[in-house]
Amino acid sequence: MDRFVWSNGLLEMNETLVIQQRGVRLYDGDEKAKLDVGVVLLSTHRLIWRDQKNHECCIAIPLSQIIFFEEQAAGIGKSAKIVIHLHPASANKEPGPYQHSKYSYIKLSFKEHGQIEFYRRLTEEMTQKRWENTPASQPIPTATGSQAGRTRAVGIVGIERKIEEKRKETDKNISEAFEDLSKLMIKAKEMVELSRSIASKIKDKQGDITEDETIRFKSYLLSMGIANPVTRETHGSGTHYHMQLAKQLGDMLQAPLEERGGMMALTEVYCLVNRARGMELLSPEDLVNACKMFETLKLPLRLRVFDSGVMVVQLQSHSEEEMIASALDNVSEKGSLTAEEFAKLLGLSVLLAKERLLLAEKMGHLCRDDSVEGLRFYPNLF
Amino acid sequence: MHRRGVGAGAIAKKKLAEAKYRERGTVLAEDQIAQMSKQLETFKTHLEEFASKHKQEIRKNSQFRVQFQEMCATIGVDPLASGKGFWSEMLGVGDFYYELGVQIIEVCLALKHRNGGLITLDELHQRVLKGRGKFAQDVSQDDLVRAIKKLKAMGNGFGMIPVGGSYLVQSVPAELNMDHTVVLQLAEKKGYVTVMEIKDSLKWERERACHVLDHLLKEGLAWLDSQADGEPQYWLPALFSELSSRDVTPEEANQMTP
Repeated sequence: MDRFVWSNGLLEMNETLVIQQRGVRLYDGDEKAKLDVGVVLLSTHRLIWRDQKNHECCIAIPLSQIIFFEEQAAGIGKSAKIVIHLHPASANKEPGPYQHSKYSYIKLSFKEHGQIEFYRRLTEEMTQKRWENTPASQPIPTATGSQAGRTRAVGIVGIERKIEEKRKETDKNISEAFEDLSKLMIKAKEMVELSRSIASKIKDKQGDITEDETIRFKSYLLSMGIANPVTRETHGSGTHYHMQLAKQLGDMLQAPLEERGGMMALTEVYCLVNRARGMELLSPEDLVNACKMFETLKLPLRLRVFDSGVMVVQLQSHSEEEMIASALDNVSEKGSLTAEEFAKLLGLSVLLAKERLLLAEKMGHLCRDDSVEGLRFYPNLF
Repeated sequence: MHRRGVGAGAIAKKKLAEAKYRERGTVLAEDQIAQMSKQLETFKTHLEEFASKHKQEIRKNSQFRVQFQEMCATIGVDPLASGKGFWSEMLGVGDFYYELGVQIIEVCLALKHRNGGLITLDELHQRVLKGRGKFAQDVSQDDLVRAIKKLKAMGNGFGMIPVGGSYLVQSVPAELNMDHTVVLQLAEKKGYVTVMEIKDSLKWERERACHVLDHLLKEGLAWLDSQADGEPQYWLPALFSELSSRDVTPEEANQMTP
C-alpha cells in the first residue's frame, strides 16, 4: 500500500475512465488497509480509489507500477478479490496514505461484485498499455523495479514464479475443459445435421410420419436446443412438455390474473412463475410456447399480442367489450385520462392501462390528443 | 400434417411406398427419427460426463461461458432455448440466465418511471449486481446481453441500442428508428442535447430535429429543460447515472483541499 499517492481524483488530459466499481475495500498484502469501503476506478493511466463516504480521501497508483495481477475466488464469507503485485515505489514518489509497507502486493476486495468486468478491463488496459502512447500532462512516477534493494527484488521473483506455476496449472484445467467442450460440440453438430436431414425429408414427404413421431421429433429438437425447421404445426408449436406447462400455468395464474384485472404482461408472468419455482426455471421461449397452447387445450386463459408487440396473458372470461365499455366510462367520467392516470385508477400497470386505452381507441370509442405533454384520451364524440 | 390412412388398402399402399424407397437406398424420415433417438441417448451420456468434470467451470468462469455460447451458436444450437433442454438441465446454464432475466426485468420495471424504459448497460449491470446480493455469483456484461436477447421472445420491446462504445437497453415497446438512435448517441457525451447541436453535428433541418426530440419527450425518454442558458436542453435520464458517477466535477474539485 506504500505505492499509492494522494490524488484529487481528477483525470488528466488524454486520460480516460475505463470502468469503475463501488463497494471495494483495499488490502495491504493480506491485511485490511486502514481505509473504509470505496469506489475503485480504472483509467487508461492509473488505478484510483476513493472513499465512498469521504470523497476527499482519494489515492491513485500508475498502471505502470503493476507487475502482475490475478483473481482470487470468493469463499464462504469472503468476497472475490483481485491481487495486484507491484514494483517497488520510486525514490521520488509523492506522499501517500502509507509511508512503508512490508508487502509488495495489494488486494481489491469486491464486496458488491463487479470483479469479472473489472478484471477483464484491467487485463485489456495492461495489454494495451495506453499510458505509454499518451502520457498524461502531469508526470506520473514510473518505477523500473531494478532500483529497489536486492532483497525486495528477490522476493518479487519468488512470487512471480509461484504465480506462473499456478497459472500454468489453471490454464491446463481450462484447456482440458475447452478440449472436452470441443469434442462435445462435434457430437452435437452431428445431431444438428441429422435433424436437418429429417426435416427436409418431412418436407419432401419421403416417408410417412405419424403425429406421434412428429411430436417425438420436436421433443428431440427441444432437448438439443435446435430450432424447429419444420414449419407446420401439430397442437401449436409445443411438445408434451409445453402441454404440461400450459396446464400448470392454467392453475397457477388464475388467482393472480383475477387480482390484476384479468390481464398480465408476459414478462410479469415470467417473473412470477420463475420466482415461485426457484429452480428448474422456464426459459422465455418455454413460457411463450406453453401459452400458445392455452386455446388448444381448452384452458380458460389466452395469450394475446397487441399491435405494439406487447404480449399478455388474459383470462378468457375477461370480455373485451366489458373492458372497452368500462374504459369509456372511466374516461367519460373524468373528462379525459392519460395512461398513467388510468393505471392509477384501476391499479393496473401503466403498460396494460395504455393498451386498454389504445384498444378502446381502435374500436372507435376514444380519441387521442397527442402532444409533448403526453398522450391523453377523450371520449370520441365524432 | 400427414395422417396415416386407415384401412387395409392404405396400409398396403404405405408398405409398397416404403419398399420402393428402401430399394432406392433412401433412408426414410421415420427411420432417421428412430436413429436420432438412439444418438440422443448417447449424446446425453457424453454431456453428463462433461458436466461432471466441468460444470463448475461454466458457473465460475465467464470467459468459458462466452466460449461455450459461441461454439453452440456456430453449430446451430441454442442452449438457452428451453429449460427442458439437455444443456440447461445438465450444465445448469439455463437457471443462471433465466434468473438473470428475472432480475433484469425487475430493475427495468423499477426505474421505468424515471428513465422512460431506457437504461445504460453499465447502470443495469451495477444495479443487477447490487440486487443479487453478496453471496450470489458475479455476472459479466456479456451474460446480461445474452439474457436480454432471450427476453425478446416475450414481446415487450427488449432491445439494445449501441451508444458510445456500450449499449442502451430498451425495455418498453417505444418505437425508436435510426433518427432517434442517432440523437441518443449524440446526447451520450453530456447527457443532453439541443436542437442547435443536432443541426450542427447531423446537418438536419430544424423540423426533423424537433420531430425526433418531441417523440423522445412523448415516450418519456427525454426531459425538457427550457430554463437552461441559451437553447432549451433535452436531457436523457437514462444517461444521468453514467455521468453523476464519473469523477469529481470541476466545481467539486475546487472545493476540495489539496
